[in-house]
Amino acid sequence: MSATTAAWIALAAPLVGLLVISLGWRVWSGRAAGVIGTLAIAVSFAAAILGIADLQSLGEDERQLTSTAWDYANTVGVDASVTLLVDPLALFMTLVISGVSTLIHLYATGYMASDRGYVRFFAYLNFFVFSMLLLVLAGNFLMLIVGWAFVGAASYLLISFWYRRETATGAGIKAFVINVIGDVGLVLGTYFIVFDGGTGSLDLLTTFGEVGRTFAENEGSLVAGCILLLVGAFAKSAQVPFHTWLADAMEGPTPVSALIHAATMVTAGVYLIGRMWPLFEQAPAAADVGAVVGCATLLIAASIALTQTDLKRVIAYSTMSQIGYMIMAVSAGAYVGGFFHFMTHAFFKALLFMAAGSVIAAMANVQNLDRMGGFRKAMPFTFGCFVVGGLALSAIPPFSGYFSKDEILLLIGEQGGWYWVLYVLGYLGALVTAIYTFRMIFRTFLGDPVPEARELEEGHLHHAEPSNPADGTVEDTDVGFPGPEHHIAERTPSMKVAMAVLAVLATIGGVVQIPDVTHVLDSFLEPTFAGSAKFDQPTDTTLLVFGLVLSAVLGLTGIAIAYLIWVRRPGTAARLRERLAPVYELSFHKWYFDELFDLVFVRPSAAIGRWASSTFERVVVDGVFVGGTTSLVRVGSAAVRAAQSGFLRVYAALLLLGLTGVALWLLLEST
Amino acid sequence: MAIGWYLVVSALIFCVGAAGVLLRRNPLVILLCLELMLNAGNLALIAFARMSGTGDGQIFAIIVMVVAACEVTIGLGIIVAMFRRRLPIDVDELRELQG
Repeated sequence: MSATTAAWIALAAPLVGLLVISLGWRVWSGRAAGVIGTLAIAVSFAAAILGIADLQSLGEDERQLTSTAWDYANTVGVDASVTLLVDPLALFMTLVISGVSTLIHLYATGYMASDRGYVRFFAYLNFFVFSMLLLVLAGNFLMLIVGWAFVGAASYLLISFWYRRETATGAGIKAFVINVIGDVGLVLGTYFIVFDGGTGSLDLLTTFGEVGRTFAENEGSLVAGCILLLVGAFAKSAQVPFHTWLADAMEGPTPVSALIHAATMVTAGVYLIGRMWPLFEQAPAAADVGAVVGCATLLIAASIALTQTDLKRVIAYSTMSQIGYMIMAVSAGAYVGGFFHFMTHAFFKALLFMAAGSVIAAMANVQNLDRMGGFRKAMPFTFGCFVVGGLALSAIPPFSGYFSKDEILLLIGEQGGWYWVLYVLGYLGALVTAIYTFRMIFRTFLGDPVPEARELEEGHLHHAEPSNPADGTVEDTDVGFPGPEHHIAERTPSMKVAMAVLAVLATIGGVVQIPDVTHVLDSFLEPTFAGSAKFDQPTDTTLLVFGLVLSAVLGLTGIAIAYLIWVRRPGTAARLRERLAPVYELSFHKWYFDELFDLVFVRPSAAIGRWASSTFERVVVDGVFVGGTTSLVRVGSAAVRAAQSGFLRVYAALLLLGLTGVALWLLLEST
Repeated sequence: MAIGWYLVVSALIFCVGAAGVLLRRNPLVILLCLELMLNAGNLALIAFARMSGTGDGQIFAIIVMVVAACEVTIGLGIIVAMFRRRLPIDVDELRELQG
């Protein structure tokens, strides 16, 4: 099978799955929809493997293939066609996305089993995977924008999956609005790059090939276009200041958080910047903006994660932080590092979310860390997975995150100059990452078992009516709310298998790219980045060894600090909170971003809206437009009505007068 | 005889009819005056036909008579209906149809 055929199959399988599941929604009983959905994604995964095998058999210069299905609109100035770009980067993304998605689908077949919206859930999930693959396989800007918008829509559908929960629908709207801001950025950026001084061709490879000739370095319209692309990337990847939607997106079911809001969709921004590398290398000013924002996000998000009490939100902020690393990496030219971290992050973050889902199920939908504790004995498997994920996230050797995070920072350090600031801040972020990760683990699994954990130790899963984690209101279990039963990994084989596979991958995933030992990703991705000035192997061995040691030391220090604060001396956290009250408040309130947006955007808009409805609507619309027109008609008709007096003889007189007048006029004219 | 005399007579009759329509209030008389006006027109048409030596004007006059007959039929029908309903036989009183 040729690589392009494989790519088409990988793209088509989730679409077929979506159609089969959604059209037959009445037919699928039991877990049939879940099985179909999982199989569809598994087909994608298999196709991606076959495609990579075929691509590797080609010469290095021939590994960027395009395949056009049909011309969509090929007219003056537009060359929109349905084209896939199949190259190592696209297939690498396809492989990771479909692989992790398969496992998450498998997990969801168990986790969502009692939900009344089971069939709908898998239809949405397949739609999401289709959109995401469309995004990464797109061969021109048009397809990219379509995929980009589709994943935003899928995200909206899945965040508000429990649509009778008001907090969930609100979070969905918030996510969608911010994503649309990003969509606008992407579309405008495309305009600047393609039509404002560019080649005029929507095709990606043409644009990339000509960028050196059409734009001077740091030329205005290219920098503007690239910064607009960055706006799109920031909104999709939850980077400051477009990050506020991601924490709220945790209202969706946990598999959604794992799939969309950790492993795949939020990394679309990383893919976008990495894919557009020829543009960003020609516009270093824009690339620097990306690097700085990524660095800022990784620190801000890590500091917020330190104090959040919602288990899923802690992981969500850690996701933002890790994506900050990736954005920083691809913006600074550490492409392979960024995509390597994307892969390992997909493994360990999906694993963490799955384990968190298992804990939340054991707590009967409670997500508050304050009420958790001592689950170690009750859920040994979940505990193990959580720790593996946590170690990988904290970059402890030899877990996968260790190598990927280190490669990013090494490549950034090698750039020298002011990148050293990013280098240092990146390591600071690594320390904080270890602290908040193990804070979460210690508070959930160590300490005295809470009643729910004790109940589970005695062999009985705690049951409670589902309640809203945000405000604690009890909900019924009809469609549009979480299902009545809870499923934990220990008792559900499908969840257990998915988590076990991911745990293995999170542990050993780093072997593909051990510094100075293996270069699997480097050599695989090289054809995509051929010609890049920044794509080079790290050479500084001293810095490499220093970074590896520093990373390990920082990770272990972070764990030790977390152990001291939350296990060894349990009162320390409260004391610190009192002593550092302003800092704590800043972190706990998420740096007041929501309040700031509320003040700057929401309230002025609401005030304008109120003014419009009370004053503008009443005075201008009702008074001038509507009232003006009606009174004009009224006055006119009154004048006409006055002539209709009802006196027959007046009519006759007017008629005669008129006729006489016309006759006289004709006579005068004829002479 | 010059055609002018015929036209003068016709104009006089027309003016008498028009004055009647404008001044009288009894619908029956108004109808009669309308007939006067129509026939004044007929007279002029016949005179013109005679002058030009063709039958065209006479055809017109016959058509006008047909229309006049129709009009009288309807007008008298309305007057009879008004009489039966005991409505005032006065066009100034009958002015409900107004804007």
